[in-house]
Amino acid sequence: MTHIKSLEQLTSKRDELKSNLSRLDDPNNSEKKVQIKVAMATCGIASGARTTMDFLTAELSKRNIPSVVTQTGCMGYCYAEPTIEVKLPGKEAVIFGYVDTKRADEIIEKYIKTGELTEGVIPRNYDTID
Amino acid sequence: METPVNKPKQLRIALRNCGMLDPENIAESIVRDAYQALGKVLKEYSPQECINILKQSGLRGRGGAGFPTGLKWEIASKSKSDQKYVVCNADEGDPGAFMDRSILEGDPHSVLEAMAICGYCIGADKGLIYIRAEYPLAIKRLKIAISQAMEWGLLGKNILGSGFNFEIKLCYGAGAFVCGEETALIHSMEGKRGEPTNKPPFPATSGFMKKPTNVNNVETFANIAPIILKGPEWFSSIGTKNSKGTKVFALAGKINHVGLIEVPMGTSLREIIYEIGGGIKENKKFKAVQTGGPSGGCLTEKHLDTPIDYENLIAAGSMMGSGGMIVMDENDCMVSVAKFYLDFIVGESCGKCTPCRVGNKRLYEILERITQGKGVMKDLDKLKNLSYIIKDTALCGLGQTSPNPVFSTLENFYDEYYEHVVEKKCRAGHCKNLFHYVINEELCVGCAACKRCCPVHAITGEKRKPHYIDSNICIRCNECIEKCSFDAISIQLEPKILV
Ligand SMILES: Cc1cc2nc3c(=O)[nH]c(=O)nc-3n(C[C@H](O)[C@H](O)[C@H](O)COP(=O)(O)O)c2cc1C
Ligand code: SF4
Ligand code: SF4
Ligand code: SF4
Repeated sequence: MTHIKSLEQLTSKRDELKSNLSRLDDPNNSEKKVQIKVAMATCGIASGARTTMDFLTAELSKRNIPSVVTQTGCMGYCYAEPTIEVKLPGKEAVIFGYVDTKRADEIIEKYIKTGELTEGVIPRNYDTID
Repeated sequence: METPVNKPKQLRIALRNCGMLDPENIAESIVRDAYQALGKVLKEYSPQECINILKQSGLRGRGGAGFPTGLKWEIASKSKSDQKYVVCNADEGDPGAFMDRSILEGDPHSVLEAMAICGYCIGADKGLIYIRAEYPLAIKRLKIAISQAMEWGLLGKNILGSGFNFEIKLCYGAGAFVCGEETALIHSMEGKRGEPTNKPPFPATSGFMKKPTNVNNVETFANIAPIILKGPEWFSSIGTKNSKGTKVFALAGKINHVGLIEVPMGTSLREIIYEIGGGIKENKKFKAVQTGGPSGGCLTEKHLDTPIDYENLIAAGSMMGSGGMIVMDENDCMVSVAKFYLDFIVGESCGKCTPCRVGNKRLYEILERITQGKGVMKDLDKLKNLSYIIKDTALCGLGQTSPNPVFSTLENFYDEYYEHVVEKKCRAGHCKNLFHYVINEELCVGCAACKRCCPVHAITGEKRKPHYIDSNICIRCNECIEKCSFDAISIQLEPKILV
């Protein structure tokens, strides 16, 4: 169990977690993985995000693609639920909207396997703080 | 405009982590700097120094009234007591609003961390989150977040070796709108009826269990950590003169891109609707935007370029409220919009004081009459006078602001009221008593298809002769129009001349 006792410990824990993440994202590292986030707030779940997430988790492992699929909160694109974010190692994250299982399948076969964009890309329309 | 097209209009501060991390895994929040601000405050600042940072930042409450947050914390910190409380208001009762829910579901640690910072600043070791029971997912994620933070030593005893203790518990609301008002919220948490009481005393001096209590909205809390980490000058460089930072809005209604947005204060409605929101659905004509929920008012075409901040919204006859933004187009009837909000208020009034309990009922009845085509010109004066009385005499914010939708629609859409009352016409084609289904005698072949489908037998006529619809019986279900193969039935907006 992690129990953090000072700001220094918190910061070094953060940095350790960060470097784990950057290994996943490094295209030259053997631990590299495709990172997928599924928007699973109330609005997303109501539009079927859970089915999309289960599909992605099952299919990516079946198709032997090293990946992590996690849930996340609302991305703000309620009109295009379910939405997912796909981050290929070393690449900018891409957001896809209206991802039912059919589109999820397309995203795996096309974008994830070949890097070629499929339909349903939503341009990121905001700045955030670093 | 001057801004290059690809410069995003949105800036996410409160929503910085929503959609970026797994809210059920604290490690993902830690990676994105959660609890760094708390650590910094505990280590480097005295409570007053931290309060000064907030005061300098210009942050104001995001729950409605826009009270300066640093000042609020200062008042609570100066109240002398053996026990104080930090309360997070997650009641979010405005119809159409889901900003706070999204923050709690997407980034619960941002709120927990800020509550602990607040506790340190005002001298409280207990925090309470008042959340409506209708938010089961937010509740589940908050519970997970609290237990993970306890486990990691980021809440609980001797946080980060500082000697400061802070724990957080949840309180569930039954979802009454008035319980979002802070005095009613406190009564409800104490197990009493959720009724407001007069202020003063303010919660900062006598709140939960009569102890000094600092109440802030979810989004207000979500802004705290970035201000500490990036500094007050950074925050106050965003926004307008008296409204700093950003505001989260829930965009809903007749807009293409319904969703959750966060924009710098001072962004115009035009930018929000046409650039971020993708314009009005089906390319219809924009009519109005309701902000501030049932306590707010509408903004119209003439306000499209007004920079949105606390002061400008008030000047335009609306208010910031918590951030619901409902977009209306040419098919929305503004008298009916006012009626919708009054209906909501009548259902939500706690009944404690007469102006609100009875007055709003009367307002609703007058609006109902007008939408039924039974209004008279005197009703418009009555609406206005009664609204002033309610505003001036109601006990709490709910009643005091409840006539706002009436004021604002009367002010901006007087001609629509006039048409309903004098011409018995609803230009939006929304008020059922003010439009009619009529059969064109020239086109009707008397096939009786319409007659057979009409659920209330409003249509009469002999075989192969023109048919006739009795508007007094017709319930405007639209069945007959769809059934007629000869396009003989149409909707008439003009009042029917009675013979
Ligand atoms: C009728 C009524 C309903 C309210 N509902 C809410 C609410 O749902 N959420 C909220 O944060 N504030 C609500 N408020 C405002 C609170 O009374 C209080 O001002 C606010 O929680 C203070 O937090 P802030 O300074 O961070 O905005 C409501 C006020 C009134 C009069
Ligand atoms: S104004 Fe309305 S909600 Fe407020 S105390 Fe009076 S009756 Fe209750
Ligand atoms: S369905 Fe059309 S044509 Fe037939 S009776 Fe009705 S109005 Fe006339
Ligand atoms: S609109 Fe409905 S109720 Fe009215 S006449 Fe047609 S079928 Fe009958």
